[in-house]
Amino acid sequence: MSQQNRLDGGLIGREKGLNFTFDGKRYSGHPGDTLASALLANGVRLMGRSFKYHRPRGPLTAGSEEPNAIVELRTGARQEPNTRATTAELYEGLEAKSQNRWPSLAFDAMAINDRLSPFLTAGFYYKTFMWPAAFWEKVYEPIIRRAAGLGSISFEPDPDSYDRGSLHCDLLIIGAGPAGLAAALTAGRAGARVILADEDFVLGGRLNAETFEVGQGSGADWAAQAVAELASMDNVRVMSRTTIMGAFDHGVYGAVERVSDHLSVPAPGKPRQVLWRIYSKRAIVAGGATERPIAFENNDRPGIMLASALRTYANRFAATPARKVAVFTNNDDGHRTAADLHAKGVRIAAVVDVREDAPQSDDYRVIAGGNISNSRGRLAVDAVTVSRPDGTTFQLDCGAVAVSGGWNPNVHMTCHQRGRPRWNEAIAAFVPDVMGVPGQRVAGAAAGHMSTRGALECGAAEAVAALDDLGITATAVDLPEAEDSPVNITPYWTVPGATRAWLDQQNDVTVKDVKLAHQENFTSVEHLKRYTTLGMATDQGKTSNMGGLAIMAELTGKPIPEVGTTIFRPPYTPTAMGVFAGRSRDQEFRPTRKTPSHKWAEEQGAVFVEVGMWLRAQWFPKAGETHWRESVDREVLQTRKSVGVCDVTTLGKVDVQGTDAAEFLNKIYCNGFAKLAVGKTRYGLMLREDGIAMDDGTAGRLAEDHFVVTTTTANAVPVYRHMEFVRQCLYPDMDVQLISTTEAWAQYAVAGPNSRALLQKIVDPEFDLSNEGFPFMACANITVCGGLRARLFRISFSGELAFEIAVPTRYGDALMRKIMEAGAEFDVVPYGTEALGVMRIEKGHAAGNELNGTTTALNLGMGRMVSKNKDSIGSTLSEREGLKEDDALKLVGFKPVDPANTVPAGAHLMTKGSPVDAAHDQGYVTSACYSPNLGFAIGIGFLKSGDARIGEVIRLVSPLTGVDHEVEVVSAHFVDPEGERLRA
Amino acid sequence: MHDLAPITALGGTTPRVDTVGTVTLTEKPDIALASVAARMGHEDACRAHLKNVIGAVPAPGKTQLHDPEAGFWMGPDLWMVGAPFETHEDLADQLKARFGQTASITEQTDAWVVFDLRGESMEDVVERLCAVDIRVMKTGDGTRTVIDHLGCFMLRRDPSDWVRILGPRSSAGSLHHAILTAMHSAV
Repeated sequence: MSQQNRLDGGLIGREKGLNFTFDGKRYSGHPGDTLASALLANGVRLMGRSFKYHRPRGPLTAGSEEPNAIVELRTGARQEPNTRATTAELYEGLEAKSQNRWPSLAFDAMAINDRLSPFLTAGFYYKTFMWPAAFWEKVYEPIIRRAAGLGSISFEPDPDSYDRGSLHCDLLIIGAGPAGLAAALTAGRAGARVILADEDFVLGGRLNAETFEVGQGSGADWAAQAVAELASMDNVRVMSRTTIMGAFDHGVYGAVERVSDHLSVPAPGKPRQVLWRIYSKRAIVAGGATERPIAFENNDRPGIMLASALRTYANRFAATPARKVAVFTNNDDGHRTAADLHAKGVRIAAVVDVREDAPQSDDYRVIAGGNISNSRGRLAVDAVTVSRPDGTTFQLDCGAVAVSGGWNPNVHMTCHQRGRPRWNEAIAAFVPDVMGVPGQRVAGAAAGHMSTRGALECGAAEAVAALDDLGITATAVDLPEAEDSPVNITPYWTVPGATRAWLDQQNDVTVKDVKLAHQENFTSVEHLKRYTTLGMATDQGKTSNMGGLAIMAELTGKPIPEVGTTIFRPPYTPTAMGVFAGRSRDQEFRPTRKTPSHKWAEEQGAVFVEVGMWLRAQWFPKAGETHWRESVDREVLQTRKSVGVCDVTTLGKVDVQGTDAAEFLNKIYCNGFAKLAVGKTRYGLMLREDGIAMDDGTAGRLAEDHFVVTTTTANAVPVYRHMEFVRQCLYPDMDVQLISTTEAWAQYAVAGPNSRALLQKIVDPEFDLSNEGFPFMACANITVCGGLRARLFRISFSGELAFEIAVPTRYGDALMRKIMEAGAEFDVVPYGTEALGVMRIEKGHAAGNELNGTTTALNLGMGRMVSKNKDSIGSTLSEREGLKEDDALKLVGFKPVDPANTVPAGAHLMTKGSPVDAAHDQGYVTSACYSPNLGFAIGIGFLKSGDARIGEVIRLVSPLTGVDHEVEVVSAHFVDPEGERLRA
Repeated sequence: MHDLAPITALGGTTPRVDTVGTVTLTEKPDIALASVAARMGHEDACRAHLKNVIGAVPAPGKTQLHDPEAGFWMGPDLWMVGAPFETHEDLADQLKARFGQTASITEQTDAWVVFDLRGESMEDVVERLCAVDIRVMKTGDGTRTVIDHLGCFMLRRDPSDWVRILGPRSSAGSLHHAILTAMHSAV
């Protein structure tokens, strides 16, 4: 199709054509076009259907405030719904579809809703779909959602990547119109660090859309020169296609840079968008203003647009929605549109100005004191009804209507911290009040300075003032001569008698809906918003809120400022979810920690489990094993029979040094450490301040003034943080120094009767590993494999004769391979976290399930460990009455009476014959497994007075999973209760 | 001499090197590290030893670039000292011998993965990684920051197109992925 509505001039690259499709139909445009401008140039005014009534809609605006021309862009996984055609840059091959219509845009069966509109007013759903209550979720809501929707999503993962980053500046300038450019030139030339951001892909704001001269040339030329100068300055960062979407605390602004949205696909490795966090010392909001419409009957037909948008399309994009245009205005801006369009050869049907004293024109008809009261046309406007001042009406043929009701400064960024704007009578609009955002200033139209010259002067002056705050001396740049007209406006919100006159075109809210809200007493502006959904669509009511509250003011008899505005919240414009995630998605959602033996374990085919951020080997399947239990049982049996090895690097390791190191440990552990001999390790229990168990582990004394504290994997960071708190805040007078060494050492548990024999092949011969030379709980700095520094601890989680050996992490992979090689003669087996868990349950050792934040040392059977001979953190509060009751929970073991039964963790314990309810609860199972050594399932857990009930048969119940059988209470130590093996 | 072959934090037998445009990311396993924490009451003596070893005592936010040992400030009376791994694998022992009872010394070599990020567009990459104001940071500055949830140190070296990033060794792969992604994105 030819571009029949393409005009001369404009800022488009005519030498190049771009092909695109809309609803499958092929069109062409040029670089510099938006989808909306290209469609208008091709004679397409109908671009969408409205949300609720499915009325035909075309663009209202030429910018990001667009409520109507909402399309689905792209196809496949890149399909993006609810995209504004007015901001979508045209590129070769662009594919767009209209949305919310069936079967087609021109014939939408759902338009029946429009016929039903008398029933579908505000509050209709609330009043209608009340009964039966159960129907809402299952029946009504799905039907309503299907009928009233926006675009559809692909349900495929987003194939694009997103990035994020941080920028810093002295001065952030939001908006690159005349005010922003003047501010940036002033600050840039003064040497300040400046970021100038604008959502558009061509900077200059309205300078690119108006025909006024700036200096001796066009506004667009002046803007281009200014941008070129700014781009050449090292201290200025010019960011186009970048929306400042929110003003946050401490001068931080969020910015979304659309790096690749103007391309069919992002370049390889490049993100689609970047979320920048901008740390600014000062900011100038120069976001301009948004023109507002006037509400009249059927004012939503395609072709009825804002007057400034028609100027933008004509002057910047060389496009017009029609060859004959009517203008409806209450201020001088409408006349500018008429003059500009006339100059471009577009016929002006008439300018209808509500003001009796409207300026006249020699070029076209001006109807002063009149209004446009209705429109006509099937899928777009083809005529309007004009009312003369005397009340008579006539039809005026036209293919488009340019409407201007005045301008609203874009105050959003000044209100993101709950600031409220102030009413300015002179321009009949809200302007920013005393700054609600610290460090922020406002310039240009955003501040209510509506002339070009006024914006330039204000921008330069605000930059000087902002930099003065920072001690940077700047002088306002020489500004060009420019248009400096005053604002001549007669406030006019809605044509008298209008009912189905659209205010919020995206959410289909009419004047009638506002009246209904008022009638039903939803008069507060926040209630009005929620009852009618005014301003709740993706455009956040940028073109509609003002009209709604003006009508509410009229109905309530209050002045507009008393009705006030709703809260402004970020983001300023719709923002893709992906950009908030940035690089943090899929496998990289959060960092992964790998153990030193990870590579080796991968080679063995290990199955990994996430433990916090760590990936740990869960078990090592062997050929022929079809169930994880086979692997785990084998690992357990072989370790207890001969020897097994497990990577325990993930356990936290804190290096504690200083002359008061022992005294410090005495404070953080409830049991005594002061007298621990050098070369010995001790099990320690840490309590929280409130006496509840926090973590357990071991501490080895490598020297008088040097300990290594180990923590559980899960609590490595919390325990280190706790220790730093104790050091810095509770005992600042102690000479003690802490540093984490968790990652510095690769540590392996070598467990089983042959562990000593295996390690003797690895540890250098001068170190005696015999039971006498290196007894249970010994520790030492040693060397291995011919001289590598290492640490050896004789500690056991499995209950077997066991050691933990540590070498610098870079040698961990080699040591694991060496252990496997040296252990071949003993059939050494690597074991994972499952086997580790089985063996510790068989041994009755507490772990995270038992240290669950509710249990005390007494519960854990370690009550006597809490030393009375010293003060330690938590020891006093562990004496609280409630924690010392006679029937306190005690850690015991359980085995099923019928060996075929399981002992599921989480199941509760009930005395036989008592009711199964919370009041009779006797305790619960915390950890359970199948014990391959015993041949049946076992569990450990907490039972009231458990230590006195050994041998009792009780009920194990889990009403949720249908478990109800008998278990016998036994000692938690199922294997080697006397500890003979680990001392062997 | 022992017979255990080391691997790098990224799991290789040789350091990983990636170049994207004008920026190169190099894994640096050839650096030994040890923390130096002054003992209470020995702060002055500890500082004197530190100055003796690395030429000056780095102030908060500063790095002392020096050969063969260098260092940076980590916290109150706490510094990290680094040196070539080949000659200083036993750096902690060497320092302990020099500092005696004036400081607590802890081996930190393998607690960290060290990356050098270097090239014309280094600043463009760093601003996508963390909140550090890299364009203000000068040679000899060193700071703690967070890169994709990972606590890291960032040291600006000489010449200034070069930063050294120390991150947790177990997450070397995730950190490498973050830096490399930012390199592709920025350059």
